[in-house]
Amino acid sequence: MALEIKKEWCKGCGICVHFCPKKVLVLDELGKIFTRDIDKCVECGLCELRCPDFCFTLRKGKGEKVS
Amino acid sequence: MSRVVLMQGNQACAEAALAAGVRFFAGYPITPSTEVAEIFAARLPRLGGKFIQMEDEIAGMGAVCGASLAGVKALTATSGPGFSLKQELIGYAAMAEIPVVVVNVQRLGPSTGKPTAPAQGDVMQARWGTHGDRAAIALSPTSVRETYDVTVHAINFSEKFRLPVIILLDEIIGHMREKIALPDPSTLRIIERKKPAVPSGEYLAYKPDDDGVAPLAAFGDGYHYHVTGLVHDETGFPAGSASITADLITRLHTKVYNAKSEITLFDEYFMEDAETAVVAYGGTFRSAMAAVKEARAKGNKVGLIKLITIWPFADEVVARAAAKVGTMIVPELNYGQLVGEVHRAANGRAHIVSLPKVDGGVFTPQEILSVLDKEVG
Amino acid sequence: MEQSVEKLLRTKHLAHIWCPGCGNGTVLAATVRAIEHLGLDQDKTVIVSGIGCSSRASGYMNFDTLHTAHGRALTFATGIKLARPELTVIVLTGDGDATAIGGNHFIHAARRNIDLTTIVFNNGIYGMTGGQYSPLTPTGSYASTAPYGHIERPFDIAKLAIAAGATYVARGSAYHTKMLADVIIKGIEHTGFSVIDAVTQCPTSFGRKNKMGAPAAMLEWQRDNAVTVEAAAKLTPEQLAGKFIIGELHRSEAPEYVAEYDKVIARAQKGAKK
Ligand SMILES: Cc1ncc(C[n+]2csc(CCOP(=O)(O)OP(=O)(O)O)c2C)c(N)n1
Repeated sequence: MALEIKKEWCKGCGICVHFCPKKVLVLDELGKIFTRDIDKCVECGLCELRCPDFCFTLRKGKGEKVS
Repeated sequence: MSRVVLMQGNQACAEAALAAGVRFFAGYPITPSTEVAEIFAARLPRLGGKFIQMEDEIAGMGAVCGASLAGVKALTATSGPGFSLKQELIGYAAMAEIPVVVVNVQRLGPSTGKPTAPAQGDVMQARWGTHGDRAAIALSPTSVRETYDVTVHAINFSEKFRLPVIILLDEIIGHMREKIALPDPSTLRIIERKKPAVPSGEYLAYKPDDDGVAPLAAFGDGYHYHVTGLVHDETGFPAGSASITADLITRLHTKVYNAKSEITLFDEYFMEDAETAVVAYGGTFRSAMAAVKEARAKGNKVGLIKLITIWPFADEVVARAAAKVGTMIVPELNYGQLVGEVHRAANGRAHIVSLPKVDGGVFTPQEILSVLDKEVG
Repeated sequence: MEQSVEKLLRTKHLAHIWCPGCGNGTVLAATVRAIEHLGLDQDKTVIVSGIGCSSRASGYMNFDTLHTAHGRALTFATGIKLARPELTVIVLTGDGDATAIGGNHFIHAARRNIDLTTIVFNNGIYGMTGGQYSPLTPTGSYASTAPYGHIERPFDIAKLAIAAGATYVARGSAYHTKMLADVIIKGIEHTGFSVIDAVTQCPTSFGRKNKMGAPAAMLEWQRDNAVTVEAAAKLTPEQLAGKFIIGELHRSEAPEYVAEYDKVIARAQKGAKK
């Protein structure tokens, strides 16, 4: 599984943080998204679905976990 | 083969448009332009073209812009109140550089005014009616036969320069019936818009060639380009730097002004030895011609300039004449609109006399002649 | 974003112009997913939009795209569709764009039942100009031009579209984004005038003034106040007060404009030959 994040598109709205069921996602001090504990990710895809800024690309079941 | 027929100006306009390849009409009925729509409603489907009566003139203007972007030559027709409504999207077509033709059969205004009265009150509106700054092309024919040619020119100019071209008919020319010889459509010189010669990935819909005009792909041809009324760069996407803004607005002018000699259609009569000149356009030209002939018969050295291209204004033509004659008389069916341009172009070299008429009637030759007599005498 | 939709977006123009948490990106994503699902030919699909925050969506989509004037998208779209019926034409518009300045065009496009799919990004406010009330602003809400509370009654876009003659009408929301994509798919598949009322959040201009909380809270408001068509059928009007109904609201068959015009062509050509 790989969760790619396009940080440069992130506006820090917090929608993904709020809806992430495992609290994997957090905003950094600049208000941009990053993953804190990617091992907890259950690949639900809510971040990809809900992000209004196209920041997330979830590739299920292959490759490295990246953030 | 050419045909001799009896027809109205409005009909000549529609016939010419069909001959020049117009296959889409959208508009809203209004006197005295309605015949144009009715003719298209009957004729277009026979040619596989499309006619639609929209919910208002703004919608008609939007629909012709859409059809043109889809690659189909398109025209709309209206009169005063509708011309006012169309201004918004005339500006859009100017900014987005969409070839379309707008026929305005002028009637007396403001507002509902006098729907069946001839007028030339929309001359300045054709130039400045939409907000912002751009060059305009507007043509005004003086006869039914000339309406045919002017319509072909208008369509050609719109295609060549990618802009909305306005045909300023007036109630006189629009509704007058004349016997005319229609040209054989195969003899017409028809200009088609430039198409991109590059593959879709390289196409820039707003990157001008040397003539200031970019090729225009049709929607559906695989170019995936963007069109907007916002200030944009050569890619067509919004961009707002000062230099991009200035380049774009400048080009919306220069692409027309650089071709001014080609766009300026006019005629001169009895000007060789003229000491006084009449400058006239549209239906008023006909009365002026009769007046000038009578003045000549009396032995007065009077000439006549016919302006077919109203915008861009024929500065050079007027300036040249002003250097020769003492007085220029400008009869118009308005309170004096184009006379201001004549003043500007003459730049003090001739005495300019405005001859306004705003009673809803046409000029009699006598009305012009009496002014001529006064000025000559 | 899903790689499958990436080619349908002009990614080099991202990040988009919308505010943090604005639902327009979500509606755009649902639209693009719907197009991807349908496998529409990119060369034969045209996106037309008006003016407003939402109407900027066209610029991010990798098709022939036309960003028109305020309220006028449907007029351009009508010209395109009639001139070239083989094109699939999708119209993106705001609630103000579609029902205030463009209201006349909206009802007449519906009346003609011309084969266009119109997606109304309905945030209940004029976003672009900074939060003035729109014809969709709920009574009692606050807007920059309704500082003492809004006194007008809002349109119901779906009812308006149905009454005017649209033959496919559905509502989704940014929260119910999969359902939204689903009704967009059905709208595009439907031959005739389709309207998708896409309820979306404007955190900046509506949310703040109306104390709706963070963007996520506005999405939860959508979650908590949406009632599916099926559930709504079992509720009383009192129970439905303040709620909005999502799902397919109307579907009917009626002659489609472009097809009817083809018959006009056939009649005219037959007559001409006689
Ligand atoms: C003729 C005209 N009038 C007014 C405006 C200013 N204007 C731009 S967008 C807009 C309203 C946008 O609201 P909506 O359509 O709901 O879209 P949103 O921005 O909320 O997505 C207005 C009033 C304009 N551009 N053109």
